[in-house]
Formats: sequence, C-alpha cells, structure tokens
Amino acid sequence: MSKTTAHSVVAPTPTARRVSGAIVILYALITMIPLAWIVMTSFKTPPDSIAYPPKVLFEPSLEGYCNLFTTRSRQTPEYLESLPAPEPGCDAIVRSRNMVIAGPSNVIPRFTNSIIIAFGSTFLAVFLGTITAYAFSRFKVPFADDILFFILSTRFMPPIAVAIPIFLMYRAIGLSDTHLGMILLYTAVNVSLAVWLLKGFIDEIPREYEEAAMIDGYSRLHAFVKVVLPQAATGIAATAIFCLIFAWNEYAFAVLLTSGTAQTMPPFIPFIIGEGGQDWPAVAAATTLFLIPIFVFTILLRKHLLRGITFGAVRK
Amino acid sequence: MTDSSAKAGVAERVAGATPAPLARRIRGLSDKAIAWLFIAPTILLLLAINIFPLLWTIYLSFTNYKANRKAEIRWEGTEHYTDILSDPEIWHSMQVTAHFVFWTVAIETVIGFALAYLIDRRWRGHGFWTTVILIPMMLSPAVVGNFWKFLYQPQIGLFNYGVSFFTGIDPSSFQMIGDVSLAPWSIVIVDVWMWTPYVMLICLAGLRSIPDYIYEAAEVDRASTWRRFWSITLPMALPFIMLAVLFRGIENFKMFDLINLLTSGGPGSTTEVASITLKREAFESWKTGYSSALAIILFVAVFGLANIYVKALNRVKQR
Repeated sequence: MSKTTAHSVVAPTPTARRVSGAIVILYALITMIPLAWIVMTSFKTPPDSIAYPPKVLFEPSLEGYCNLFTTRSRQTPEYLESLPAPEPGCDAIVRSRNMVIAGPSNVIPRFTNSIIIAFGSTFLAVFLGTITAYAFSRFKVPFADDILFFILSTRFMPPIAVAIPIFLMYRAIGLSDTHLGMILLYTAVNVSLAVWLLKGFIDEIPREYEEAAMIDGYSRLHAFVKVVLPQAATGIAATAIFCLIFAWNEYAFAVLLTSGTAQTMPPFIPFIIGEGGQDWPAVAAATTLFLIPIFVFTILLRKHLLRGITFGAVRK
Repeated sequence: MTDSSAKAGVAERVAGATPAPLARRIRGLSDKAIAWLFIAPTILLLLAINIFPLLWTIYLSFTNYKANRKAEIRWEGTEHYTDILSDPEIWHSMQVTAHFVFWTVAIETVIGFALAYLIDRRWRGHGFWTTVILIPMMLSPAVVGNFWKFLYQPQIGLFNYGVSFFTGIDPSSFQMIGDVSLAPWSIVIVDVWMWTPYVMLICLAGLRSIPDYIYEAAEVDRASTWRRFWSITLPMALPFIMLAVLFRGIENFKMFDLINLLTSGGPGSTTEVASITLKREAFESWKTGYSSALAIILFVAVFGLANIYVKALNRVKQR
C-alpha cells in the first residue's frame, strides 16, 4: 500500500526491473518444462513416448487415457477378425494394438478413495481446528503455549516412525486398509495445521463483534456461530484447501497402510503397468488428471499460501 | 467428537431458552466449559493417533517384537539403541541424509533468495509469474518422484537429452538414477526443483517486511546498493531465511516419498536416507523392535529441530 510514493527514492531503475523480470520468467518457464512434458506424454502413443530423440511434435492420441481406464488382453488375429467392427474411440485404438478391452481398470475406485479420504479428513480437521482455535484465541487456557506447541509438534513426526505403531494399532482394531482409518490418520496430521492457521485468522477478528452480540443477548456459542464463523469464512476456506492438498498428495501412510480397498492415487500411479514395464502415457494421463485439482487449488489459494506454509505466522 | 458437538448443541439450546439472569450465570460458567469442550476433541484425537502410538513405539523399541510373527515378546533393554548407534549401515544412511539435507537446503536457499530479490523489484506481471513458480511445491512428492523417474530414463529421458543438447555429452553415456556417483544428485535436483519456490515465498515475505524508510535513510546517507544489500536487506530478511532453512531442513531430514519412488534408495544404498532405511527395517525385514528404536532416535532429532523452529517462528511473528 505504501509502495509507490514513499518508495520512489529507492525504486529500482527500469532496466533493473526488466532484467529481473526476464530472469524470473526464464526460471518459471524452465521449471514448467517437466510438467508440460508430462501433459504432452499423456497424449502420446506408447512408441512415441519412448522415442529418441524425444518427440516435441507428435500426433496426439488418447491411447494413454484409454489404457489408464481399461484392462486389456492380447488376442490372436483370427479371433480379432471374428469380432464385429470396433466402435470408434478407445475400442478402435485398443483393437489396432491387437488387443481387446477386458474391463475397467482400478483407477476409478482409487480416484474415488482419494476423494472420500481427502474430503472426509479435511472436514473433520477443519471442524476440530476451528473450535480449538477459537478456544485458544478467546479464552485463557492454562499452558496455552505448551499445548499449542504440542499440537504443532505432532506435525513434525517422521511419517514412517508414526506408521509403525499405527500399522500395529490398526491391525489390532481392524482399521487397516479402511477409509475410516485413513480419514482419522489424515485428520490427526492436518488438525495441527488447521489449529495454527485458524488461530491466526480468528485472532484478527475483533473481539468487540462478539461482545456486542453477547450484550444483545446472544450466548457465547450463538455469537461464535453467528458472528465469528462468517467473519472467519475466508480463513476457514483457505485452511480447508491446505488440508485437502495434504490429504490428496499424501503417500507414505497410504503406501504402508493401504493395499486395496482404501488405496488412494499416489501409491497407485507408480504401478500402472502396460506390456513390458511401465506404460508411460497411461502413467502420464493419471498424473495429469491427478494434478489438475492441485493447479486449481494453487490458484485459489495464492493469497494465503504464505500463511499456510508458515503455520499462520507470516501474514502479508 | 460427535459426542462433544452434540453437547455443544444442547448447551446452545439451553442458553438460548433460559431467561436472561439465569442465562448470564450459565454463560459466566460456560466460558471455561466451552474452552475445554472445544479443545478436548483435538487433544484426544492427537493422543490417540500420535501420543499413544509413540509410547507404544518406545515400549517396542526395548523388545525383540516382530510384527509378522506371533512369538513371545522378550525385553531386551537398550540393546537396539546400542546396536543402531554402532551400526555402520545406519551411519552410512545418516551420511546420505546429511548430504541430501545440506545440498538441497543450501541450493534452495541461494536460488530461492535470489528469486525473491528479483521478484521484489516489482516489475509488471510479477504476481502472475510468482504463482506459476509456486506450482511445483503444491504437487504430490510421490507423483513428482515418479514422473521425474521418466525424465531421468537413460535412453529416452528428456533430462539426458537436455544435458546433451547443451553440453554435447553423449546422452547414453550417463545415467542419473543408475549411477552411484550421480544418483545422490538426481534426488537433490528434483528436491530443488520442487522446493525452491517454498524458500522463495518466505524470503519474499521477509523482503517485503523491511520498511521503506530504512532504505530512504540509507539513500540520504549515500550508501551504495551493495552496502544497502549487506547491511539492510540481508540482516533484516535473515529471520525469514532461517525459518525457511529450518523447515526445509526438518522436512528433508524426514524425506521419504520422493526418494522412495525416484530411486528407492538405490543403486546399492547410495541414496538410502534414514526414512528409507527405517521403512526397510520395519516393513520389509519386519524387525519391529529394532526399527522402533530407530524411529525414536529420528524422532528425537526432529523434535529438537522443531523446537528451534517454533522459537524462530515466534520471532518472525513479532515482526
């Protein structure tokens, strides 16, 4: 806000600005190459994806996406001859490789798992985070700093170290490879972030609002629901997106504690295999679909990113 | 937690329905009650999912328990701890971890700070490009590790092609992941690609927290640009840089997902960082007691770092 006029004495020269801009844009473009390459690979045919030199220009194909969503079996030419003409689309693409579609692949159940677990744990973490943050923000809680530090410290535990006892515990109480088990686990990891972030947001809401409401006869809880929550809506949304991203991306717990029923996308993607090793276009297709929500979230969050990654300490 | 929310609902209804003087009394009482009602579920969840398992790990670390076998659990005292601390393999993986943490944090700090400094020149469009730069750090490390494995493929990978395009080295003459001397750098490169934006973002906040009047005063004193950088910019942004360094240090010390998918610790054990060793001992060799002890050692190390981190966090917060 105080930049243009007050800053004029020390403002960078136009040349300095232009050079700085050019270097940063160059860096940004270079770091985007791997991502662009993945999206491109998802539209290549398997032979194109492993061609040397790497193909920048190629004829786009949906084979990667077809392979991602189906399982296929190789057939003899005679059998293929005997079949009716393939329908255009995946059927035709698969048929041209002397194969037929045998059925759907596991990708849709895995994607559904990712969605259920990410949204379930986010909802719980944000709910718990909001009420806990409110309590720390508004009431004198004995040992508040110590409890807050305890809450944050749980976030720093190495996931593999936590996974050992969780694995034994879940096995004993029947939560291994279940949605509920993963939701509880991700909630526990995310709640620390949620409390710290939301405490920052709620601290910024003036107490006078609630006090005024309470003088008007609202109870404390009523004032919390009717006055504080709407004021904190942006903060709650930003926190929710951070929790969603964590749960969506998480791999260590997922790979160690799930094997089928509750397996999410991150442990699944590396095992998308075609004939003779990894089917890179299908892997790239899965990666592309998996990353799209993250792109959207990053853009939605851009104003709050800094807060999120510093547990609410650095505002701007 | 369903229990507590139900209680909260009841309390609300009671408070809403009672006549004013009585309601005030309930309200007077309930602030404390609400505080505990609001905090307890979170604490209980963390106790159940974090602290109880931690205590269990501590107990197991003194036993010979193997999770894949139903044998009697025998108390072994501190045997695992002495074994671990005198095991050359563990020290090797600690060295690999140290190499990884040191180089990633060093490179990320230098590039991240430089980028932040350049972005802070406030050229037109810096907001948009900052968002573009931030994308890699939002992605799933596991998925990132997996697709970099594709970029690193020795014959067909884009990375080798790019290197040979700019340097003329034969692209099939080196393998990033398969080579003993290059593999440690292959994980450093990916981590730098992914996490430099993180350091950049925090440094940028540091640079923007420096009030303009300080620069103006320096201008009046005719301090050179160089001098201004070393005596104003850097020292004033330092708490923020420290914050980023500490956090990256902690995160990379625990690093698992990216490396597990990129190299799985190989070739041999050249990229086997502590978390990979831990996973191998716990979930492949099923030496649960032994790996619990290793987990506790790692946890103590991280906890020490986290303590420093929170102190740094509070210092930055006061700005």
